[in-house]
Amino acid sequence: MGTLVEEIFSRRAGREVHAGEILLVDVDYIMSHDNTTPLAIKAFREIGKPIYDKSKIVIHFDHAYPAPNLLAAEAQKKGIDFMKEQNITQFYHQGVCHQVMIEEGYITPGAIVIGADSHSNTYGALGAFGAGLGSTEIGVAWVTGKCWFKVPETIRIELSGVTQPGVFAKDVMIYIAGKMGMDGGTYRSIEFGGSYIDQLPMHERIIFSNMSTEIGAKCGLIAADQTTLDYLATETSARGFYEQVRPVNPRYERVVEIDVTDLAPHVSCHPDVDNAKPLSEVEGLSIDEVYIGTCTNSRYEDIEIVAGILKGKKVNPHTRVIVTPVSAKVYKKAMQNGLIEILMDAGCTVTGTGCGACIGRHGGILAPGERALTTMNRNFIGRMGSPLSEIYLASPASAAAAALTGKITDPRPYLA
Amino acid sequence: MGKAWTFGENMNTDEIIPGRYNITIDPLELARNVFCEVKPEYAPNVKPGDVIVGGQNFGCGSSREHAPIAIKGSQAKCIIAPSYARIFFRNAINIGLPIMECPDAAADITEGDEIDVDLATGQIRNLTNGHSYQANPLPTFVIKIAEAGGIVNFLKNHDIQELMK
Ligand code: SF4
Repeated sequence: MGTLVEEIFSRRAGREVHAGEILLVDVDYIMSHDNTTPLAIKAFREIGKPIYDKSKIVIHFDHAYPAPNLLAAEAQKKGIDFMKEQNITQFYHQGVCHQVMIEEGYITPGAIVIGADSHSNTYGALGAFGAGLGSTEIGVAWVTGKCWFKVPETIRIELSGVTQPGVFAKDVMIYIAGKMGMDGGTYRSIEFGGSYIDQLPMHERIIFSNMSTEIGAKCGLIAADQTTLDYLATETSARGFYEQVRPVNPRYERVVEIDVTDLAPHVSCHPDVDNAKPLSEVEGLSIDEVYIGTCTNSRYEDIEIVAGILKGKKVNPHTRVIVTPVSAKVYKKAMQNGLIEILMDAGCTVTGTGCGACIGRHGGILAPGERALTTMNRNFIGRMGSPLSEIYLASPASAAAAALTGKITDPRPYLA
Repeated sequence: MGKAWTFGENMNTDEIIPGRYNITIDPLELARNVFCEVKPEYAPNVKPGDVIVGGQNFGCGSSREHAPIAIKGSQAKCIIAPSYARIFFRNAINIGLPIMECPDAAADITEGDEIDVDLATGQIRNLTNGHSYQANPLPTFVIKIAEAGGIVNFLKNHDIQELMK
């Protein structure tokens, strides 16, 4: 009996547990990437004990890959040498870690997966407990197979209604971030549900779990349903036994009710995710770079929306438009269906997969005074380059509209 | 005893140490650029024993440990804030950087105040204005990790199960 997070931990503990209890539990998978693996290796070496079970370890190179500079190259070589030494074979470098974790089937309902990345919350969209931890704890989990958790209280966000055309999960989530604030979910599990969520496809559900991080949440969960099971069966190589886990007579710390029916497109304005405004309030602001990418919004369906808007047109000549497909699987499908060609003909720069410009390390760094409109999940000062640049967050449709005009633009007239 | 360096609310990990400096994990190297954009005078002037006084939700943003490591590398004695972002809180404990939750102290202390902190009791004294404050106590297993000097040191001599005993 309990909220979704209590149900997940109760199954793992083999008894009923409730919010507030501190547990030491077995984890299913331990994720890290090129940015965070070096510190995990350092912790591992210092502890000086053997790996507990290497089949739990999954390593991705995505944050700055292929290495854009010598220091990154050296760090990555260390990672490769370590994997060879420990015979770690679950290694991926063709997409953003969170997407690849899902595609490769590591994420299933009820699983407990930790990652050395703050957006490991993404896994909650499939009804798994996913949480971000620091690298040291990843090194600790490598040798113990375990992690300690305080079972969190739950805030339920109950979403009802159906969005208007041109309004997407991203707009709804930006609105929620504005309403909850950047620490509105700190230490809490956020459970997203209600009739709006029930009818959403998986690529849209993922936005909520992914961006639950932005309101400070420990995890952002959506209970598995038939949509989840179908997605697991057709879009992933789901591993092992899993079943639907759902809340049972849950007691929530609080319930936030939101009707999405009248929501307009939203934008998170410089410099905080919770600085959320209806797009109309910032319409016309000039944009130097449009970046469509990241674990938030560069799945096939996102690219399809962008290509639909850009088809047969040219992007604004003074705006850099960068598209970074989230994974090789997505890239290939977009290529096979002609979307990449449409984007290239429109004047977009289509890059290899990975985190790309998201963390200001390569492939789209902002100069002082530049302003970007992106499909990312966070807009902290300096994240994409100069601390004197600005980042605005929006849906792929809003990003595509800005690509055409070089300004923040309502996407609705551009959607057929 | 040390000097207080004060910071605002929602101090995020990119403001503590911008992503472009995270290519190293050397504490002293990271410390050279800690707070370089929000408080460039900090890194060249901080002295061992100084304390960081933050606002709500200190350390939000990325899971990168570079942020607490950079602060620890700068030889600040501890952080005092009303609340911390979840991952930052865990990371600081895990690497052995003392963090104290104390809304009263965070609200009252101003930049440059002389601060004396007793980590064991949670007593914080402000020698500049004569006020004293009591930090919230930490759970016992957190104290076990902190006393060992971080989780890595703890595991060198203990089994992980002992954390919960
Ligand atoms: S795409 Fe951006 S937010 Fe997502 S994992 Fe990579 S760096 Fe983090």
